[in-house]
Amino acid sequence: MNTNTPSKLEKILAAGHLAVTSECGPPRGSDGEFVTKKAKMIKDHVDAINVTDNQTSVTRLCSLAACIHLKLMGVEPVLQMVTRDRNRIALQSDILGAASFDIYNILCLSGDHQIFGDNPHGQNVFDLDSINLVQTVRFMRDEAKFLGGEDIQRPPKMFVGAAANPFADPFEIRVRRLAKKIAAGAEFIQTQCVYNVEKFESWMKMARDRGLHEKTYILAGVTPLKSAGMARYMKNRVPGMDVPDGIVKRMSGVPKEKQPEEGIKICVETIQRLREVEGVRGFHIMAIEWEEKVPEIVERSGLYPRPEVV
Amino acid sequence: MRIQYPENIKIIGVPCTGKVDVLHLLRAFEKGADGVYVVGCLEGDCRFNSGNLRARKRVEQAQHILESIGVGGERVQMYNLSSGEGPRFAEIAVEMTEKIRKMGPNPIKISKEKNGCMI
Amino acid sequence: MIVAKQKPIEEIIEGVRDYEKILIAGCNECVTVCEAGGKKEVGILASALRMYFMNQGKNMKIDEVTLERQCDHEYLEELRKIIDRYDVVISLACGAGVQFMAEKYFRTRVLPGVDTCFMGVTEERGVWSERCQGCGKCILGETAGICPISRCAKRILNGPCGGSTKGKCEIDKELDCAWQLIIDRLNELGRLDDYEKIIPIKDWSTERAGGPRRVVREDLRL
Ligand code: SF4
Ligand code: SF4
Repeated sequence: MNTNTPSKLEKILAAGHLAVTSECGPPRGSDGEFVTKKAKMIKDHVDAINVTDNQTSVTRLCSLAACIHLKLMGVEPVLQMVTRDRNRIALQSDILGAASFDIYNILCLSGDHQIFGDNPHGQNVFDLDSINLVQTVRFMRDEAKFLGGEDIQRPPKMFVGAAANPFADPFEIRVRRLAKKIAAGAEFIQTQCVYNVEKFESWMKMARDRGLHEKTYILAGVTPLKSAGMARYMKNRVPGMDVPDGIVKRMSGVPKEKQPEEGIKICVETIQRLREVEGVRGFHIMAIEWEEKVPEIVERSGLYPRPEVV
Repeated sequence: MRIQYPENIKIIGVPCTGKVDVLHLLRAFEKGADGVYVVGCLEGDCRFNSGNLRARKRVEQAQHILESIGVGGERVQMYNLSSGEGPRFAEIAVEMTEKIRKMGPNPIKISKEKNGCMI
Repeated sequence: MIVAKQKPIEEIIEGVRDYEKILIAGCNECVTVCEAGGKKEVGILASALRMYFMNQGKNMKIDEVTLERQCDHEYLEELRKIIDRYDVVISLACGAGVQFMAEKYFRTRVLPGVDTCFMGVTEERGVWSERCQGCGKCILGETAGICPISRCAKRILNGPCGGSTKGKCEIDKELDCAWQLIIDRLNELGRLDDYEKIIPIKDWSTERAGGPRRVVREDLRL
């Protein structure tokens, strides 16, 4: 595949390397260093860092500002943008704002419902949904036009991504939904964290049967488990998360102080197994409030050093 | 069998307790009743399936309203018994009378008398 | 129909406390069907208010009336002769009825006696649920007859989101995920391929976003 944007992430993928991305959640306050500190820990081990957009509907420092902090320190950001909080005017405006700082990657999401966050009594917007947002960014980039039809001076050059959850219900449309996102213009996909490897593999197989793996770059999501408690929480409480009993058992089968190491081991094994799956083009490592472990996971998975691209 | 029950109770017959409406219950208090209770067939024994269950729901609604307006929700109650339970009927009458005696008269009646309001 | 629920009696009492002559006005349409503002509810509210104020030692005049509809001039006119006898009207009609009453009887205070909730259906006795948000451009033809605008918690036009679990919505385990329903029905209809058609960015100008709406039928105007 050729590249459409100056995105480093896109170049690495187009060159056939396994890409590695990670994420960083902005603080609940205005300390920009919070972001840069986290980024420093992992920047040499990943190709790009996603910045979440008020994840789980909890108000935080904005994704765009955090991305700018990363950009200014020479790290490649992936701007996550949810459609929950902004209408099409604000979305397009923020996309231009990001483009003005040469932020080259965007991940289009609908976002969790506000009921989960710190403002459950607020309005939601949902002027667009995630698929419509993918269409919007592609339109702004490829046609150099606003949704309203007017020309954009210096259009955004963004590599456009979307999320996919191979485990959510209903299963029969999981691959159709992926196809829909690709048809809307998603050039890369970051998946929900994979614990159920078999189910993920069967999803990949169905995607391959339709040739979808050649139309987009699929990065498999992984999240190291810190404890058996976290495994159970993810299994029972997080909507759309699939943690098999085997994983919970394995975590609770080791003493508490050894559980973090077991979690890392599972994560590394998952990456090693999935990198052999045809169509998996990289990994998205979401180490929730555990960023310092990302370098170790990357190294132990044999994904270090990261490739250089120009 | 003639059953003895306190004289202060006035019985109003209905074909099925399902006929009893919230408004009937409230009106009784408006007119000065100190307490009202509905006696239905045993749950599961209603000839019209759910008449007595509906009655219970309506009693609950009336309780809620009476509580909110300061008359006292406890003044209205629902009981279920089978047709053969004469003695139990008398028991309930005594129980209810006791309960209402403890609560005192319907405050609306008192207030009406004091202020000379018209009904 | 328009579904409403009764306001807490305490709230209604607060609203009318300072008046002496009250008219409680019900409506014989939707609010009667959803048992929030019909003749029966008017009677219950009137009785409760009478008792409350008697108990407070306050002599109030509380009258009851139930109109055929409160969203039509014709029926609202019936109050013209008597409205001046009252300090305040508690309307148990939906928000449209309350407002039409207030527009018509400009000098009379009109208070809402119900909370108007949504346009929906009676699922079973005592259970009503939302079906339509009056977006002004119906897309049910594209969504297997199930409305994602009113029934998806995020009004997602190309769903489901990643939170759909075992057929239920991420915000509530009791709530059906609208997109699960759409997919099930597409499946039933043998039209699952339609799922892959992207529903384009919606024009919301016919919805609330476009400002207060009007329908004008020239052929019907005199
Ligand atoms: S698409 Fe619009 S008009 Fe049709 S049911 Fe949904 S909200 Fe109502
Ligand atoms: S779970 Fe289903 S109904 Fe709920 S927000 Fe997601 S798509 Fe909409």
